[in-house]
Amino acid sequence: MLTRAEAAEQATGLGGAAVRRPTERVRPRCTPITWVRRGGLSKLVFTLPLLVVFGVFSWWPIVRAVAMSFQHTNLVTAPVFVGWQNFAYVFHDPTFWVAVRNTGWFALLALVFGYPLPLVVAVIMSEVRRLKGLYSVLAYLPVVMPPVVSVLLWKFFYDARAEGVFNTILGWVGISPQPWIQSTVAAMPSLVLQATWAAAGGTIVIYLAALTSVAPELYDAAEVDGAGIWGKIWHVTLPQLRGILFITLILQIIGTAQVFLQPFLFTGGGPVDSTTTILLLVYRYAFTNSLGGNYGAATALSLMLAVFLALMSILYFRLTKRWSDA
Amino acid sequence: MKSRKAIAALAIAAVGVGLLAGCSSSDSAGAKNGKVYLTVAPVLPGATADALKALGDRVKEFEKANPNIIVKPIEYQWTGTTFAAELAGGTLPDVFNVPFTDSKTLANNGQLADITAEFKKTSTADKWNKNVLDVATGKDGKIYGIPWGPYAMALSYNREIFTKAGLDPDKPPTTLDEIEADAKAIAEKVPGTAGYMQMTSGNTGGWELATLTNSLGGRLETVGSDGKVTVTTDNDETKQALAWLQKLRWDDNAMGSNFLFDWAGINQAFASGQIAMYMSGSDVIGSLMQANGFDQTKYGVTTFPLADSPDAGILSGGNVDVVNVKDSPAQIAAAVKWIDFYRTQPTVDKAAAVKNAQTLKAGKQAVNAPTLPVFDKSTWQQNQQWIEPYANIPAANIKPFTDGIFDQQIVPEPSAHTQDLYGALDSVVQAVLTKKNVDVDAQLKAVDKKIQALVDADQG
Repeated sequence: MLTRAEAAEQATGLGGAAVRRPTERVRPRCTPITWVRRGGLSKLVFTLPLLVVFGVFSWWPIVRAVAMSFQHTNLVTAPVFVGWQNFAYVFHDPTFWVAVRNTGWFALLALVFGYPLPLVVAVIMSEVRRLKGLYSVLAYLPVVMPPVVSVLLWKFFYDARAEGVFNTILGWVGISPQPWIQSTVAAMPSLVLQATWAAAGGTIVIYLAALTSVAPELYDAAEVDGAGIWGKIWHVTLPQLRGILFITLILQIIGTAQVFLQPFLFTGGGPVDSTTTILLLVYRYAFTNSLGGNYGAATALSLMLAVFLALMSILYFRLTKRWSDA
Repeated sequence: MKSRKAIAALAIAAVGVGLLAGCSSSDSAGAKNGKVYLTVAPVLPGATADALKALGDRVKEFEKANPNIIVKPIEYQWTGTTFAAELAGGTLPDVFNVPFTDSKTLANNGQLADITAEFKKTSTADKWNKNVLDVATGKDGKIYGIPWGPYAMALSYNREIFTKAGLDPDKPPTTLDEIEADAKAIAEKVPGTAGYMQMTSGNTGGWELATLTNSLGGRLETVGSDGKVTVTTDNDETKQALAWLQKLRWDDNAMGSNFLFDWAGINQAFASGQIAMYMSGSDVIGSLMQANGFDQTKYGVTTFPLADSPDAGILSGGNVDVVNVKDSPAQIAAAVKWIDFYRTQPTVDKAAAVKNAQTLKAGKQAVNAPTLPVFDKSTWQQNQQWIEPYANIPAANIKPFTDGIFDQQIVPEPSAHTQDLYGALDSVVQAVLTKKNVDVDAQLKAVDKKIQALVDADQG
C-alpha cells in the first residue's frame, strides 16, 4: 500500500529518493478507526455540547437574522424575499435618523461623563489605606442590583413633582424642581446619569485590579524625579493602564451604541422620541404593533448596527495598536 | 483508560443533550395522568393578596365542577407594545385576552385556536349578539374567542380630592370647559396633584386622543364606499382636542409635572392621589382595586363629555378571551369551559352571578364595575339586579356614568393599523404636553403620511 506522499510523488512523475527530504515523516493513513483510537471521538463528544449550544442559541439566530433582513415575514406564513427593501425602508424612516442622533448623543454624554469617572474613583480608591473593602463594596453595589430594579427605582427618584426624591434634595439647596425624564432636553442626560451609576462599579473593579500591577518602583522613580501626584498619574498610572483603557473605551462605545434598557423602561423613547435609540427602534419595528411587526426592518437595522460596530472596532484596534504595543 | 474517557465523554454529551431537551419540554402542557392542565391569565401583574385569594376561590370552584381540569392562573396584562413579543416568543398561556381590535386579525393570521365546536356546546352559544361575536369570528366564519367586559371610555375622578378642592363630587364636570375649570381649581388648591391627565405612551396616547377626537365629532380614519381606508388625523376635531390639552397644560398648569404615562402608570398615579381626573375605560375601578388596592369609596366615574355634534360619540372597546393555537383539543375544550365559567356565566346565570359577586366581595374586588352590555340591555339590567345586594362600589359614585352612558353614541376604534396609528400619535400628544410651541399641523400631517403608507401597502 502506498503512503499519501508516495502516491503524490508518483502522480507528479517525480518519484524516487532524489526528491524526498531525508527528514520528512510520512503520516500514516488516517482512517475512521485510527481517528477514534487517537481520541477523535472523545474530542468531538466533549466539543459537541459547546457546538450545539453556540450553534442553536448564537450562530443559527445570526444566520436567520441575516436571512430575515432580506425578507418580508410575519413569522406565520411563508417569508417572501424582498432584496434590499427592508434596508431602504429603514433609511427612509425619519425616526431612524432621530435614533442615530440620540444614540450618538447618549454615547457622547456617557463618554464625557461616564468614561473618566471610574478611572478617577479607582485611582482615589487605590490611594485609600483604610476601609478599602467597604469602598469597593459600595462602588460595586449598583452592579449587583438587577438592572430593571435599579431603573424602576431611579424612575421613582426622577418624579418631576416638587415632592419627587431628587427634587426634594435639590430643594434643600434652593434649586427649583427639575423635569428630569419629562423634558425633551433633560431626558437623555438623566438616562446617562443612571447608566453611569449602574455601570461604573464594574469598570472601577477592572481599573483597581490593573492598578495593582503597576510596579511601585515606577512611582518611587517618578517621585525622585520630582513628580507630584498629578505628575505620577500622568506619567506613570495612565501609560501603565493604557491597554486596559483602550479596551474599556471600545467596550463602552459598543455598549452605549446598543443602549436599550434605560430608554425602554424610563421613557419608552419619549418625550417626543427624544430618547428613542437604535435598539429601541429595532424593538419598535418588531413589536410595537401587537398584530406583528416589521421583522424584516428590525433585523435589517440590527444588521446595520452590527456591521457598523464591527467596522468601527477593527478601525479602532488598527488605530490604537501602535499605542497599545508601545 | 480510554474506555473510561469515552464513557465520561458520552455522559457529558448525554447531560448536554438532556439539558437542551429540557429547554423545549413543557410538563404543564397538555394532558397527563388523565388530567388536563390549563394555564390561564385572569389577573393583572401586582395583584393584591385579596385579589389573588378571590381568584383562588374561583379556581377551586371550577376545579370542583371539572375534576379533570387543573387550572394554573398567572399574572398577565395585554399591552400593545409587548404582546407581539410574547406571541413571537411563544410565552403566552393557554387562555389570554386581547382587545376587540386585534382578535379578528390574529384569527385570520392563524395565530389563535379554533374553538367553534366547543363554543357551540356552551349554554349561551345562540344568545350572542352577532355584532359583538363578530370581533371573535374569523373570515372563515369560525369562532376564535369569547368577548367579555365591553366598556366605554369615561372620566374617572377622585372624590376625596374633589372635596379637598372645594368641588362637589356628586356633580362631576359635564363639558370639556368644566373639566378644565375643575382641573385648574384642583391644581391650585391641592399642591402636587394634577387636576386632569391622560395617557401618553405605549400607544395609549393615540388611543386617548382618538377618544377625545370622537367625542368632538371627528374620526382618525374614514372608510370609503369602496372599503378604502383614509387616515385623517389632520382634522379640525383632533386639532381642537390638542388645543384643549395645550390650554390645560400651559395656560392653566393643571396637568402636573409628569407626562409619560401608560395604562398601568396612570392607574398607579391616580390610585396614589397624584392625579384627580383622568380619561379611562369605564370599568377601570376593577383594575384599580385588583392591582393598586384603591379604596373604591374615593372613586367616582362619569361619562366623558360629548360635543353638540351628530357625529360625536364615545369610543368603546372590550376584551376577547382566546386560546393558544398550540393547545391540544382537550386543552381547547377545557379552555372554553373555563372562559364560559369565568367570564360568561356570571353575566347570564343568576346562581353564577351571585356566587361570583360573593367571591369578589369577600376578596375586596369590584363587584359592580360599570361595563356595557355584552348580550343586550335587558340581560345586563337583570344581572345588575342579581348582584346589587353584593355591590361594593357605592351606587352614587358610578351613577353619573350609568345614568348617561345609554344616551351616548358608541363609536368603535379605528380599524386599520390601529396600534401603529396610536403609537405614532403618542409623540404628538407628548409634544403638546412637553413643548410649548408645537407645530401640530405638521405633526398630524406626518402621522397621516406614515400610517397611510402602511394602509396602502395592505390594500395593495
